[in-house]
Amino acid sequence: MSDLTVPPPLGLPGEPAEEIPVGLSPFRASLRRFGKNHLAVVSIVILVLIALACFFGPMLYPEDAELGDFDNISAPIDLFSIHPFGTDEQGRDLLYRVLTGGRLSLTLGFFGALVSVFISIAYGSTAGYLGGRVDDVMMRTVDILLALPFIFLAILIKIVLQDSGLHVFGIAFDGPEASVFVAVVVTLWLTPAVIARGQAVTLRSREFIEAARAGGMSQFQIITQHIMPNSVNVVVVYSSLLVLEAILTESFLSFLGLGVQPPDASWGSLINDGAGKIDSDPRLLILPSAFLAAVLFCLNYITDGLRDAFDPNER
Amino acid sequence: MFRYVTYRTLKSLPTLLALAVITFFMMRVAPGGPFSSNRRVPKEVRLNIENAYHLHDPIWEQFWRWFWGVLHFDFGPSFKYRDYTVSELIAHGFPTSLEVGLWAMFISTVLGLILGIAGALRRNGPIDYTAGAIAMVGLAIPIYVIGPIGQIVLGLHLQWLPIAGWDGTWPYKVMPILTLSLPNIAYVSRLMRGSMIETVRTNYVRTARAKGIGERKTILKHAMKGAIMPVVAYLGPATAITVTGSIVVETIFGIPGIGRYFVDGAISRDYPLVMGVTVLYGAIIILANLLTDIVRGILDPKVSYE
Amino acid sequence: MLSTRTNAEPVAPGGDARTVLAVQDLSIQFKLPHGWVTAVDRVSFDLKQGEVVGIVGESGSGKSQILLSLMGLLASNGRCSGDARFEGQPLLNRPPKELDAIRGSAMSMIFQDPMTSLNPYMRVSDQLTEVLIAHQGKSASEALETAIEMLDRVRIPEARRRVRFYPHEFSGGMRQRVMIAMALLCKPDLLFADEPTTALDVTVQAQILELIAELARDLKTAVAIVTHDLGVIARLCDRVIVLYGGRIMEQGTIDEIFYDPKHPYTKGLLASTPRLDEQVHGALKTIPGQPRAAMGDIPGCPFEPRCPIRVEHCKAEMPVLRAGAGGRAVACHMSES
Repeated sequence: MSDLTVPPPLGLPGEPAEEIPVGLSPFRASLRRFGKNHLAVVSIVILVLIALACFFGPMLYPEDAELGDFDNISAPIDLFSIHPFGTDEQGRDLLYRVLTGGRLSLTLGFFGALVSVFISIAYGSTAGYLGGRVDDVMMRTVDILLALPFIFLAILIKIVLQDSGLHVFGIAFDGPEASVFVAVVVTLWLTPAVIARGQAVTLRSREFIEAARAGGMSQFQIITQHIMPNSVNVVVVYSSLLVLEAILTESFLSFLGLGVQPPDASWGSLINDGAGKIDSDPRLLILPSAFLAAVLFCLNYITDGLRDAFDPNER
Repeated sequence: MFRYVTYRTLKSLPTLLALAVITFFMMRVAPGGPFSSNRRVPKEVRLNIENAYHLHDPIWEQFWRWFWGVLHFDFGPSFKYRDYTVSELIAHGFPTSLEVGLWAMFISTVLGLILGIAGALRRNGPIDYTAGAIAMVGLAIPIYVIGPIGQIVLGLHLQWLPIAGWDGTWPYKVMPILTLSLPNIAYVSRLMRGSMIETVRTNYVRTARAKGIGERKTILKHAMKGAIMPVVAYLGPATAITVTGSIVVETIFGIPGIGRYFVDGAISRDYPLVMGVTVLYGAIIILANLLTDIVRGILDPKVSYE
Repeated sequence: MLSTRTNAEPVAPGGDARTVLAVQDLSIQFKLPHGWVTAVDRVSFDLKQGEVVGIVGESGSGKSQILLSLMGLLASNGRCSGDARFEGQPLLNRPPKELDAIRGSAMSMIFQDPMTSLNPYMRVSDQLTEVLIAHQGKSASEALETAIEMLDRVRIPEARRRVRFYPHEFSGGMRQRVMIAMALLCKPDLLFADEPTTALDVTVQAQILELIAELARDLKTAVAIVTHDLGVIARLCDRVIVLYGGRIMEQGTIDEIFYDPKHPYTKGLLASTPRLDEQVHGALKTIPGQPRAAMGDIPGCPFEPRCPIRVEHCKAEMPVLRAGAGGRAVACHMSES
């Protein structure tokens, strides 16, 4: 990579002159900008640590950690004992519960967001690129779905699916986790789809798309190879927001009792549990809340950082 | 002007209709009903009951029958609370939810505006930092975490307020309303702050200063008019957030509003109740969005009435 | 295009007219992430009653900032030093409350882009009357009448009906007329104009300039106009100040500058402006090179890198603005004056 620098633009009063090395793709340049945001980077580190703890931590426990340790019911927090965070009223290790709860919350959150991102980019890019009646119909549908209070959508879907006995490709859609997952995805993909569609509309009038058409690419090829990859910038900003929303939605549903069912736990259901036992044992509430809050804070800072670094409108 | 309002109103009707249709069909598609309990009911009895609920009529008839009822505010009988119709249950719980919700909207708008403006005018000052901290909490931490924590701190430890419950008096209202208003305080204050900062930097505020009318008038007359527009636009989504939040708040604080009915109905498969509450909530949100639209049209001179 | 004024307008009054604005060693600096940079370096000039002075320079030369700092509208990351007096009253670094007494009334400003410089959410009538109400204590109805009269004067047709409109309902040229009306409502002694025609169509530009000239003459208002367009200078100004890199390169009367330029930059500017009455032979003339940012801090002459007659000495030391007879001055080591 050569060290050539473009001469700094005229710094008008109030604007810093920026030096960007030539040869850096816009994506890499944005990545660099993100790297300079210490808050966001620290947040990513913390998030990764929590994720690692949730996924690998429980493995450090003996196999029967699921069951209660009846010798130690409602043990207090003692960081040096076998139950560092204490136990609940059934003798289950709290740290273990929180970590496994985290597994579920994080998994549902990340995968929910991931699937939503794919669906929304595909849907939005297609609508935006094709335009005309197709675009109209597709986006009108999204509009109507958006106007519905999304929580209700999520709850309705959850209710519908949970006993439906729906099995597709051997995946049981009627389990509480699966139905929560679907509920989350269905409510989440709408707004990014609108964004992606807007991006596609902007892109489709650009010259390189015309060139591709002139070169004989099929519409499908154009959409998948040109439009969708160029929406990366815009969507990257949104993806972390989606993870945030996914985790929030899942916890919300679980908190209301409409999400994962015992004995499975996610942070939402643990918080629900703990909320009911405030007067007897506040720890049951505070621990999962603290983890959830930490993850949400980190995601917030990451989202801000991504937006500052990647969003073309902010530049 | 009249045409503008009418046009906007008409545009929101299809959404309402779509809401009703989707709600209805989802409930119908969902298996189980009042008979998913473990007791085995003899077939003839079951058939009788199902016919009484018109569950075997053609689906369109069922929808129309239900929708017609909805238009007359009749949502049918509750599956779970056999002695009551859904309308009665809603009438029972709605005023409470409405009161909490309206107070929360009021507080979040007023407090949010004040914090936002104060923060923008004295950036990085003590008020700005406080407002920023409140916003951070309100934005990042969900209500169902804040609520219980409030219950622990204010209710359990300090014993300033009751932990939960409701009897219509203020001590029971304070925490639910504050909890419910927190997310919107956060959004409105951040929104107003950003909007204010941007507006104060515009050329037209510079012109206002150049006219020597005084800093106060410059801010209050010139900057405010532009800055407040995003907040007005936000009030629609804010209503949705408040409505959603009320479900949580009612659950946590044991408030007898329709949010609680909704959750109970969802868990116990009381479909008419769920449908009724969904349509009601949906209508409120759609109405709020409509009102917001209209107000924006009034305030923004660039919107042409057509 | 250059076309000197054809109507015989009286030249600015002589030395016995009172001095409306006296600027002495005005310097403006901005705080950027890497430190303070100087945008304007020790600029001095005077304005007498009824005079029209043009400050010409390229984008980024700091010319707009001069006007803004005199009006107390400098950005928050800027600071200014030096001395500037409006009719004897100090202007720089005063508390805004003090400036509010003269801003908009005795001393006013019109800005470059009338679309963004007028409040889109307020009716034109309100924006006009508030100046009168604030400074002259008029009642709302009196103020409205005066405003309508003024709109008439700036030739807005059907002023009485149009005064209730919002800015976006006017065309660009009319908006600028509204701005001018707004600035002149209180009959100021001093008017600052920051590139008043730059955002307008060419056909409208001439009208607006005529309007400014006429009104300034009628109200005996001194005008300091900032522009990069020599045509504007030619139409309006009695005297010219040539600014480059935040420093004055040359100043003089309009005839002196246009017909007898002494500074290489001035000569370059004039040469690179195509004239209607000349044949163009070959390529258009330009000044080679580009202006750089923040040239106010360099020790030597800011124009040196692009100057055709530069010598080593020019890089080392900033030439002093040597005053000649009658306000004529040049800052160049190589000039004869």
